[in-house]
Amino acid sequence: MNLTLKIWRQKNNSDKGAFKEYKVEHISKDMSFLEMLDVLNEQLANKGEDPVHFDHDCREGICGMCSLYINGKPHGPEQTTTCQLHMRSFQDGEVVTIEPWRATAFPVLKDLVVNRSAFDRIIQAGGYVSVNTGGVPDANEIPIPKKIADEAFDSATCIGCGACVAACKNASAMLFVSAKVSQLALLPQGQVERKERVERMVSQMDAEGFGACSNTGACEAECPKGISVTNIARMNREYFSAVVTSDNI
Amino acid sequence: MSWVTKTLSSSLGKKLIMSLTGLFLIIFLVGHVTGNLQLFINDDGQAFNIYAKFMTTNPAVKILSYVTYIAIIGHVVYSIITTLANKKARPIGYQTSRASTNSAWTSRNMGVLGTIVLIFLVVHLQGFWYEMHWGNLPVVQYDGEEYKDLYSIVKFAFAEPLLVLLYVVAMVFLGLHLSHGFASAFQTLGLNHKKYTPAIVFLGRVFSVVVPALFASMPIYLYISSLN
Amino acid sequence: MILDSKIPEGPLAEKWTKHKFNMKLVNPANKRKYEVIVVGTGLAGASAAASLAELGYNVKAFCFQDSPRRAHSIAAQGGINAAKNYQNDGDSIYRLFYDTIKGGDYRAREANVYRLAEVSVSIIDQCVAQGVPFAREYGGLLSNRSFGGAQVSRTFYARGQTGQQLLLGAYSALSRQVANGKVKLYPRTEMMDVVLVDGKARGIVTRNLITGAVESHSAHAVLLCTGGYGNVFFLSTNAMGSNVTAAWRAHKKGAFFSNPSYTQIHPTCIPVSGDHQSKLTLMSESLRNDGRVWVPKTVETAEKLRKGTITANDIKEEDRDYFLERKYPSFGNLVPRDVASRNAKLICDEGKGVNETGEAVFLDFRDAINRDGEAAIRAKYGNLFDMYQQITGYNPYKFPMMIYPAVHYTMGGLWVDFNLMTSVPGLYALGEANFSDHGANRLGASALMQGLADGYFVVPYTIGDYLAQIPQTKIPTDSVEFQKAEKDVKDRIQKLINIKGEKTVDFYHKKLGKIMWDYCGMARNEEGLRKAKAMIKTLKSEFWSNVKVLGTNEELNQSLEKANRVADFIELGELMVDDALHRNESCGGHFREEYQTPEGEAMRDDENFAYVAAWEFLGEGQEEKLNTEPLVFENVKLTQRSYK
Repeated sequence: MNLTLKIWRQKNNSDKGAFKEYKVEHISKDMSFLEMLDVLNEQLANKGEDPVHFDHDCREGICGMCSLYINGKPHGPEQTTTCQLHMRSFQDGEVVTIEPWRATAFPVLKDLVVNRSAFDRIIQAGGYVSVNTGGVPDANEIPIPKKIADEAFDSATCIGCGACVAACKNASAMLFVSAKVSQLALLPQGQVERKERVERMVSQMDAEGFGACSNTGACEAECPKGISVTNIARMNREYFSAVVTSDNI
Repeated sequence: MSWVTKTLSSSLGKKLIMSLTGLFLIIFLVGHVTGNLQLFINDDGQAFNIYAKFMTTNPAVKILSYVTYIAIIGHVVYSIITTLANKKARPIGYQTSRASTNSAWTSRNMGVLGTIVLIFLVVHLQGFWYEMHWGNLPVVQYDGEEYKDLYSIVKFAFAEPLLVLLYVVAMVFLGLHLSHGFASAFQTLGLNHKKYTPAIVFLGRVFSVVVPALFASMPIYLYISSLN
Repeated sequence: MILDSKIPEGPLAEKWTKHKFNMKLVNPANKRKYEVIVVGTGLAGASAAASLAELGYNVKAFCFQDSPRRAHSIAAQGGINAAKNYQNDGDSIYRLFYDTIKGGDYRAREANVYRLAEVSVSIIDQCVAQGVPFAREYGGLLSNRSFGGAQVSRTFYARGQTGQQLLLGAYSALSRQVANGKVKLYPRTEMMDVVLVDGKARGIVTRNLITGAVESHSAHAVLLCTGGYGNVFFLSTNAMGSNVTAAWRAHKKGAFFSNPSYTQIHPTCIPVSGDHQSKLTLMSESLRNDGRVWVPKTVETAEKLRKGTITANDIKEEDRDYFLERKYPSFGNLVPRDVASRNAKLICDEGKGVNETGEAVFLDFRDAINRDGEAAIRAKYGNLFDMYQQITGYNPYKFPMMIYPAVHYTMGGLWVDFNLMTSVPGLYALGEANFSDHGANRLGASALMQGLADGYFVVPYTIGDYLAQIPQTKIPTDSVEFQKAEKDVKDRIQKLINIKGEKTVDFYHKKLGKIMWDYCGMARNEEGLRKAKAMIKTLKSEFWSNVKVLGTNEELNQSLEKANRVADFIELGELMVDDALHRNESCGGHFREEYQTPEGEAMRDDENFAYVAAWEFLGEGQEEKLNTEPLVFENVKLTQRSYK
C-alpha cells in the first residue's frame, strides 16, 4: 500500500516545529507501524535528509518507550502500543498524521521524541516499598489472597508509556500514578508507607504540571495495557483518607 | 500553607470540591423539582405560593439556601481554576484528534455545558428568585395571611413561548451536564465499586433525564394552560 | 596471562559463605567516600545500583533509554528460577546447580553456578518484599511452574510479564535511592569508553544523547551491566537499542571477552515475515508446556502449505510429524532450547518448513484446547495468544502457531572472576554482560535469576573487598587519561560523521546480521566460518569508508548512535567467528557441524575444550590472543546431555 504521512518535525526543544508531508510506497500490511517509519527513514537517509526521530526500543509492547499520536489517537487506531500496531490497520492511500505526545510535563526533545522523566520523578516520590536488600522475610511468610495479587498485578502491568497523558484532554497523569498507588495499596507490603506514599506521589504529580482528572475515561480506553480507571478512584480514596488521617501538617 | 489549603489546592482537592458541590447541587435539584411540582396543582397557585413563602422565610431553609449559593459559587470558581490549570497542562493541542473514539462528548465539554447552565441560571434567578426576594410582587391572602403571589409572575412569564423555549433548551443542557457529572462525582470521591458503580451510572442516567424533563414540563404545562 | 578465577577453596556448598567472611569490609562511615559507576539499569544494573546505594556508596547510574524502567530485562516473559522447593517436588540448591551446569553443557564454573543456586532463594524473598505481584495459589502462597527442561516446578512468574515485574521492582528500589540522593541518574546517556588510570578502571566517558555533550565521570569502580550482544545478528529478540558498545570498549581497554560464540537461539519466536523485519518477537517458552511442535511428514504436504493451497487444519493426524516427541520421548516438547531450536532448523532444512519462507514449524494447541477447554488455555496464555494474533494476523485458537528459532541471549560476555571483576581491576561485569554462569547454554528462567543474583547479592559483597584496598581520595576527571579518552571519543564521532558515504548504517547492520546468521548461527562449520571472517573484514573496511551518518554530534542523532554501535558489532562479529572457529567441538549454543554424534546431537570434546576461552585485545588490526581458564569439575560427572 501507499501512504501519505504528515509528521511533526521539530529540530529541538526550542524550535517551533511544523508538519511535513512524506510519501511512502509499497508498504506491506505485515509491517509494524515503526517498521513503516524505518522504511521512511531509510528513504530519507538515502536522500541525505535528517531521519524522523521517534522513541522505540523493545518493539514487543512492553518497554513503554514508543509513543506517537497517530491519526488523532495515542498509539494509533488499535488499543496497543505503536510498536505492536501493524499496517493492516490502515488503508491504501490513507493520510496518516503523526504527532508527538502533547503535554507541558512531556516537552518535545526532537520531532516525535518527548521527555517523560516526570514519570520517573513521580515514582521517586514514593512509588516503592522501602526495604533494603537482604533481611527480608521468607517470600511465603506474606500470604496474599490470589484475587488481591491478581488485582495488584493488573495495576502493576503499567508500562509507563504516557498514552494516558496523551489521550487525556487535560494531559492528566492520574492513570499512571494511580496504577502504582493501587498496586502498593492493595498489597500487604505497601501498607507501612501507604499514606505517605500517596500524598507524596500526588504532590509530585501536580508539581510536574499534569492536569486534573475529568473522568472522561479516555486514558482507560487508550491504555495499551487496559489499566482501569478504578485505579484512579482508589487513588482518590487513598489520598483523601491519607490527608485526613495522616499527621503531616 | 496548612494541610487543608494544600489539599484543596492539589489537583485531587480541586476535584473533590467540584464533586462535593456538584453532589450538593444534585440534592438541591431534587428538592427544587419536588417543591415546584406544586405548579401542577390546579389551585391557582395557592400551594405554590405557600411553599415559596416557606422556602424564603424558614430559618433552616435559609441556612440551606446560603449553602446552595456557596455551592454554586464554589462549583463555578473551582471549575474555572481547574479548567485554566488543565489548559496549562497542554498549551499546544493536537492537529488531529479522534477523542470521540475514547470518551463521551459530554465528559469532554463539561465546561461549555456548565457555562450554558450558568447563563440560564442568571436569567432564571433574575426572573424569579430576585423578584421573590426584592421585587414588587402582588400579594394574595390565604386564610387571612399575606403571601407574595410568585405564581402569577411564573404564569405570566411562561405565557411567553420564547422563554419557554429557553427553559426547555436549558434543561437539555442541564441534562447533558448531569449525564456525566452525576457518576463522575462519585468516581472523584473514590466511590468506585464493582457492585455499586453500575447502579450509580444507571441512576445518573435516569436522573439526568427525569429531573430536567420534569423541570422542562413546568413551563410547557403553564404555556399550554395559558393558551386556554 | 594467567587467569585467576579466584574461586575460593573448600567444599562447593561452603565456598561462597567462607568467601563472604574472608573478604575485606568497608567501614560504614567510609562507604560514603567511595563512588561507583553503574552502566545499564536492567535487572543487574538497577539491583546493583540500588543495593550499593543502600549500603552507603555514592552511585551514578547510566542508561541510554529515557528511563531506567525501559531496560530490556523488562521483556523477559516466562519466569525466574529459585530453589525454594515450595512445591515439595524434590528441588534443592544442589539440584538447581546440577540442572544449570548440565543445561550449560558443562562449560560453566561449578562455584559460580552453585552460588547462583544458593542466592536464588533470597532473590524471591527480596522481590516479594518489594511488592512484586508474583502469581499465587488460592491459599495465598506463591505459585510455581515447570519451565524449559526442568523436571521440578521451581519457576516463579508474574503472568507472561515476569521480567517486567522484577525490573519494576528493582527500578523502584533504584528510584528510592535516587530520591535519597544516593544515586544520581543519567538517562539518555551512552557510555562511550572506560577510563583506566594506573591500570585500574577509574571512570567512563559518556555521550549525552540529547545534546551530544561528551563528558567524563570518575569513580572508584565501574560496573558494566549492559546486557547481551544478540543484536550483532541484526534480527534478534533484543531491543532495538541493545548493544555491545560498553562491553566492547571495555574489551579494547583490556577486559577479556569470553566465549563470544555461545549464542542462545530461542526456539519459540514468531517467524520472519519479510525483508522489512526490524526485530523478532519471542513467544514465551512456557507455551511448550501445552503446545505440540510438528511439521508435515512429507515435503510434498509442506510445499502445499507454503503455497497456501492447504492449511494446517487440513492435515490429518497420521500425516503429522511431532518430531520432538518422536526423537526425545522423555522430554518431548520440553527439551532445552538449543535442542529444540536445532531440531526445528534441521527439519526445515529437510524442506518441511510450513510458512511462505519455509522457515517455520507449527506449535499446536489443538489437543490442549480439546483437553482443558479454550477458557483454560486463554487464562494461561491469553496475552501471548493476543500478541501472536496482533503480529501475524492469525488466530492461534483456530490455527496452530508458527514458530521459528531466533537469537535471544548471549551466554558469552566479559570474562569475570568469582568476584565478578573483569581482567581490569575495578571494572566489573554483571548479568548478561558477563560470561559467568550459563556455560554454553542457558536454561529457561535463569537469566532473570542471574541478573538479580549479581546485582542484589554478589557484587554488594565483592565490591567491598576491592574498595577496601584502594584509597578513598576523589578521582579527578581532568587528568591526562580522561582527557585522552574524551578526545578519542570525540575523534571517533567526528570520523563517523565525516565519512559521508553512500550506505546507511542499517545497510551494514543487516549485512553483518546475515553473515552472522548464515555462518555463525545455529549451526557452524569451519569452511563457513572462514568465509565469514573474510566477509566481516571486508564489511568493516567498507563501513569505515562508505557509511552515511546524517546530522551532527550536537543534537539528538539516532543515526549517529546506531553507527557507533554497529561499528562495535562488526568488530565483535569477527571475534565471535574466531571463537566459533577455534572451538573444535559442539556444546550447547555452539554447534559445529563437524562435531556431532551419529544421531545429530552436540559432541563435546572435554579433553581439549573444557575451558573458558578469554580473548585478549592486542591492538587494532591484530588477531586477538586466546587465553584459557580450565574448568575443573569436582562435583558433577561430565556426561553427554541426553533428553531422550
